[in-house]
Amino acid sequence: MAQVETKGLTKLFGGVNAVDNIDLMTQEGEFLVLLGPSGCGKTTLLRMIAGLEEPTSGEVLIGGRVVTNQPPRVRNIAMVFQSYALYPHMTVFKNIAFPLQTRGMKKDDVRKKVEWAAGMFGIGKLLDRKPRELSGGERQRVAIARAMVRNPSIFLLDEPLSNLDAKLRTSAREELQQFQKRVGITTLYVTHDQVEAMGLGDRIVVMNKGRVRQIGVPREVYQKPADTFVASFLGSPPMNLIEWGHLLMGFRPEHFLPVEVKASNAESNVVRFEFEVTWVEDLGSDRLVYGDIGHQCAHRHVISKIPANVGVFIEGGKTYSFAVAREDLRFFDRETGLHTDTTPL
Amino acid sequence: MDVSDGASITQKLPPERSRFGRLLDNERLLASLMIAPAILYIGVMVGFPFSLAILYSLSDATTGNQTLHFVGLRNYIDVLGDPVFRKSLLNTFFFSLCSQALVLVLSKILALALVRNFRGKRLVRFLILLPWTAPISLGTIGWLWMLDSIFSPFDWILRKMGLLGAPDALFGPLSNLYWLGEPSLAMLSVILVHTWRMLPLATVILLAGLTSIPHEILEAAEIDGAGFWRRLFRITIPLMLPIMTIALLFGIVFTFTDMTVVYVLTRGGPVHSTQVLSSWAFFKGIEGGDLAQGAAVAVFLFPMLAGVAALMLKLAHRTEVA
Amino acid sequence: MARLRKIGARSSLYGIVTFFVVFSVFPFYWMLIAAFKRDHDLFNPANNPFLFNEPATLEHLRTLLFDTLFLKYLANTCLVGVAVVCITVLIAVPAAYSLARWSGRWGENLGIGIFLTYLVPPTLLFIPLCRVITAFRLNESLGALILIYPTFTIPFCTWLLMGFFKAIPKDIEEQAMIDGCSRMGAMVRIVFPLSVSGLLTVVVFAFTLTMHEFIYALAFISVSAQKTISIGVPTELVRGDVFRWGPLMAGALIPSIPVAVLYTFFLDKFIAGFTMGAVK
Repeated sequence: MAQVETKGLTKLFGGVNAVDNIDLMTQEGEFLVLLGPSGCGKTTLLRMIAGLEEPTSGEVLIGGRVVTNQPPRVRNIAMVFQSYALYPHMTVFKNIAFPLQTRGMKKDDVRKKVEWAAGMFGIGKLLDRKPRELSGGERQRVAIARAMVRNPSIFLLDEPLSNLDAKLRTSAREELQQFQKRVGITTLYVTHDQVEAMGLGDRIVVMNKGRVRQIGVPREVYQKPADTFVASFLGSPPMNLIEWGHLLMGFRPEHFLPVEVKASNAESNVVRFEFEVTWVEDLGSDRLVYGDIGHQCAHRHVISKIPANVGVFIEGGKTYSFAVAREDLRFFDRETGLHTDTTPL
Repeated sequence: MDVSDGASITQKLPPERSRFGRLLDNERLLASLMIAPAILYIGVMVGFPFSLAILYSLSDATTGNQTLHFVGLRNYIDVLGDPVFRKSLLNTFFFSLCSQALVLVLSKILALALVRNFRGKRLVRFLILLPWTAPISLGTIGWLWMLDSIFSPFDWILRKMGLLGAPDALFGPLSNLYWLGEPSLAMLSVILVHTWRMLPLATVILLAGLTSIPHEILEAAEIDGAGFWRRLFRITIPLMLPIMTIALLFGIVFTFTDMTVVYVLTRGGPVHSTQVLSSWAFFKGIEGGDLAQGAAVAVFLFPMLAGVAALMLKLAHRTEVA
Repeated sequence: MARLRKIGARSSLYGIVTFFVVFSVFPFYWMLIAAFKRDHDLFNPANNPFLFNEPATLEHLRTLLFDTLFLKYLANTCLVGVAVVCITVLIAVPAAYSLARWSGRWGENLGIGIFLTYLVPPTLLFIPLCRVITAFRLNESLGALILIYPTFTIPFCTWLLMGFFKAIPKDIEEQAMIDGCSRMGAMVRIVFPLSVSGLLTVVVFAFTLTMHEFIYALAFISVSAQKTISIGVPTELVRGDVFRWGPLMAGALIPSIPVAVLYTFFLDKFIAGFTMGAVK
């Protein structure tokens, strides 16, 4: 297996830097997620690593070798597209065999390898079918089997789960993760779904507007966001951000709870707020409480996420005392949005 | 990772490809190479003759003496002063616009009918398409007989209905109408044949447009209380306007430049009453031998076509939005 | 009440359809009958023109096939057709692919430009093309037509094929490149097999466009034996002012039917390509 490295990788599209000077280095065998909203450049970055897009400047290295201007077929990578890109006029067998045939492998060897790959993903009985006869989940497996059949050094995936329905997505996610751990192949995975990213990634690269905002393990990116973008992109509902003096103060909805719950903490470790509740949503597993905290000058709209096992009665139209533990507060510079360590409290 | 099963799996990166092999990946090179023959051919066989045509129109070339002597705009002045030319120009517009107006209305009706399902639809489709799919000159030959001065089946029907041939008949006492011999009837005949021929094409285009209207929109209109006619005029037609215009433009282009129907049906007669620009250019330039004048006449076709082309372009971009 | 309305709507539908069918087919029906009518029956203005008043005859057919150059015309037309189709496919397919995949701004405009050349009328070009023909020494030969016909088949077919190629998702080709094909390889091994129906449509349309063509053939060929069907039938079956109507009708009908059948058959594909090209 190999590492992927980019140095100062940039791509210009019509006067705008779709990918802006990105330095990246994967770790051996890791599952690296590129996360960001549409148009942030994550797919372009992936495509440049694959060789489908020519960078405006910078370098791409795979396994220590510079491959920047080389075509995809010499990079020994595998890729799964969002649409799976199965060859519609070929059977599943021929689809999986194709990458081997282009390398001139002998017929018998091809057959053995295809059956091996098919067996690994449980699609052995589908080998004679055509893609249009398969379900979404089956197509995904064929795409992955085709990718793996020639033992590539890098595995690239472009939002491969977004075409599956919600229920299938979770089980597919689990399968994908287990497969990657078992095989240990360095994987780059593009998604805009932060739940997927948190679930799958060994590390997450959060991107926006062509730049990397933060790289870190999920826990770190979630709990110690580097700026307001990362803070509001991760977490559902996103982090509450309110103006506090010359800074922005942030706290996650799940840390913003009725004061009784926080009562166990010492008084000095907790910041109180008077919370005017406007609306409560009971989602079963949690309750989302929407409301305003009047602070300093302006009323700020915030959300609280109360887990089901907390039975405090909350009603719309009333005001309650809520609190956040000091250690759960994050502060950001108002102009740059960057996290700052200075704590005005 | 299971690395058994014989074949050597350890994948090193393949060796550097030869220069030729790399050419097959060079997109820019491939793109240019692949489009070059087309550009070359069109440049030589269309672009070059096109400029040559303009040059001819500014010269005094004939089939006898094909050298180009520049004579300025003399041909154009001659041509504009020629009453036959003026009639041709008028006819060209008149025939195109009349026939296409008819086609527009008729094809709309036909398209609406063909959108439904009924028995024998496939056969009907084939038959409806015949006027367009049959070669132009051959289909027109059928009309030659239909409009014949003695044997026309139309006249036979009219006679049988008493509208022709009797002293007090609606269409006159003569036993035949001279469809191709009487100037105004001849013009009508040409328009009729053009309409007949272009109807299938327009219908097919409109049908494609009709089926692309999401049926939810029409259902919503029905729920809102709109009846058939209101739905037609307030929703269907407005939504189909771009594609109707495309069909219209295609039809205009084909009738505007047509020479075959006129040639086979009337040869431009009687006495040039059905002459159009294309046929007149042909008669002058090829049969008459006056290449320069023929070219001058033909050049008048171009501004109209350029205008039509520009309109089509604008429309093509607009339909993309939909 | 609703039932009556339904029946009323249904019958007006059939009524309308019948009207249009009759309108479209009328001349062909006529040609069919005239081809088999005895002259005596045909040239009697008093006779009902729509029926056989005397028994049918194969006389006209015989005259057409054996006393005229009709079969030669058919052969000429087929020769020209096949040659033009080959040239068109060889040139239009790569051009269409190039325009469909590697667009960019200049590509878009080039594509539209190519299509617009289809609109340049033959009546404008045939005069200078005379010169070109003479220069190549192709006067009075089918070679002239083979050289010139691609001027309208190539633009039309390129535009048609562009639509078909655009309909093939780009990521299938990219996947092929990742799986080990070169750019060219992806095109040949993946795209072409998937566009077979488009290619067939183009072949049929190029062939039928060739069969329809009249002006160039009329302008460049006057030797009887070298004529194509399109000009041969209207011009050669008329001696002076005398129309040999029977053979004429047969001669007009016989080539029309196969062309019509082919054309109709492929029309659905054409529409798919057309709407693809227009709507992208």
